[in-house]
Amino acid sequence: MTTAATESTGIGDGIPATTSSKATKVLGWLTLAGFAVLVALAFAWVPEDTRITEQGDVVGQFDAVRLMFVHVPSAILAYTGFGLTFLASLAYLRWRTDWWDMMAHASAEIGVLFGGLTLVTGSIWGRPTWQTWWEWGDVRLVTTLVMVLVFIGYLAVRRIPADVAVKARRSAVIALVGAVNIVIVNRSVDWWENRTLHQQSTLIARKIRDETLFTLSFSFAVGMVLFAWLLLHRFRTAYLQSQIEELEVNEALAERRAEAGISESPGGRP
Amino acid sequence: MFRDAWLIVGKDLRIEMRSRVGLNQIVPFAVTVLVLFAFALDTDQEALRTYAPGLFWVTVLLAALLAIGRSFAVDLADGAADRLLLSGIDPIAVFGGKAVAIAVQLVVLEVLLGAGVVLLFDVTVHRYGLLVCAGLAAAAGVATAGTLYGALVAGLGVRETLLPVLLLPVVAPVLIGATRAFQDAFGVAGAEGWAWLGLLAGFAAIYGVFGALSYGALLEEA
Repeated sequence: MTTAATESTGIGDGIPATTSSKATKVLGWLTLAGFAVLVALAFAWVPEDTRITEQGDVVGQFDAVRLMFVHVPSAILAYTGFGLTFLASLAYLRWRTDWWDMMAHASAEIGVLFGGLTLVTGSIWGRPTWQTWWEWGDVRLVTTLVMVLVFIGYLAVRRIPADVAVKARRSAVIALVGAVNIVIVNRSVDWWENRTLHQQSTLIARKIRDETLFTLSFSFAVGMVLFAWLLLHRFRTAYLQSQIEELEVNEALAERRAEAGISESPGGRP
Repeated sequence: MFRDAWLIVGKDLRIEMRSRVGLNQIVPFAVTVLVLFAFALDTDQEALRTYAPGLFWVTVLLAALLAIGRSFAVDLADGAADRLLLSGIDPIAVFGGKAVAIAVQLVVLEVLLGAGVVLLFDVTVHRYGLLVCAGLAAAAGVATAGTLYGALVAGLGVRETLLPVLLLPVVAPVLIGATRAFQDAFGVAGAEGWAWLGLLAGFAAIYGVFGALSYGALLEEA
């Protein structure tokens, strides 16, 4: 917040008027430029994914492989967001500062955004590649869906008008339970169907083309910059919101005091 | 502590015995859901028999939402929760007591619904031991997770709509495990019923410990 512009706020003294700063501007432009390069790489440079089997059949993901450069980083950003929410919630319960509470809120929102994007892009990719929009037996699919649902519930709690401290504490517990629950859901779905359509560590097995691998790594980097940019803005929005709420309370208090002062003077009470 | 927990169990169950809300409203609701499932799946007896375990547990979860919501609504009325807090009873005992009381209600509901499933959906029980154990373990899991989440949303003003959103994704593993165990017990699908019992017991244990540990922090401002 210290780097943000503080003049002509209109809100109050010492409260920044914008969520933008030098750092976020740099991150924002980096994201845009990175995304432009990523689009060029994904569509022009990376060849379509084909393999010829021993029987001479042509198999592979074909053009759908280009969706990977959105799908895989989205999934990683979603898990990063939820992981950060988990850590920030732990930190909140330990130190009870608004900073950690706002951090948990901001990262959960970003997590849900990218979790939803992961599910949508995965579905679109799965249709031509796996011949299905959705596969109930797939552990990662179902786990991600439940995880997004759990954190949508978490965000619902965050939207309830209630005392800030009460809401922060309960949200933190919900985030912790939700994160633990992800592990249980993952294990139970694994036992439930015990199969996955997802590739097992193609990166390690070096079955992936060099162009695809480079573009995938590049997409992770762009994703991380985007994540930082979104997180800074969202965190600052949360901070401004808390400042406005505080100001409103103070204003209302001042008004009540003024009213009381007027009504008191004719009565002559001390 | 166990004596205190037992007091809470007695209090909650006595309220239920006297008000009969569970018996007069929640059980009829659950039976209605079973009937609706039959309508939804047409008069196909074979489909009903095949999907009876899943339908049974979805019904139990829906009814459990009502029972859990009610358990906390009763505590909030007339400032009863504040007095409970002032009474100096250990929060762990309160959590345990409420969870056991909800579990007992769920077991009663399961017995009645089980009879309904046998009669309406024409299923036959092959393994009674597995059926009973899975029923008890699943009730314990739903009750512990439900008590934790019930306390989390208690007093937030919108708990009727919030509890399902939060609790249902969390008890998804119970639905999977209990359905698989019942499929085995009903003999409708080859499933490792006893292995799934382990998942149910583990779920109940995890939420029991987690709920007991965090209940104090949740009660202090409720």
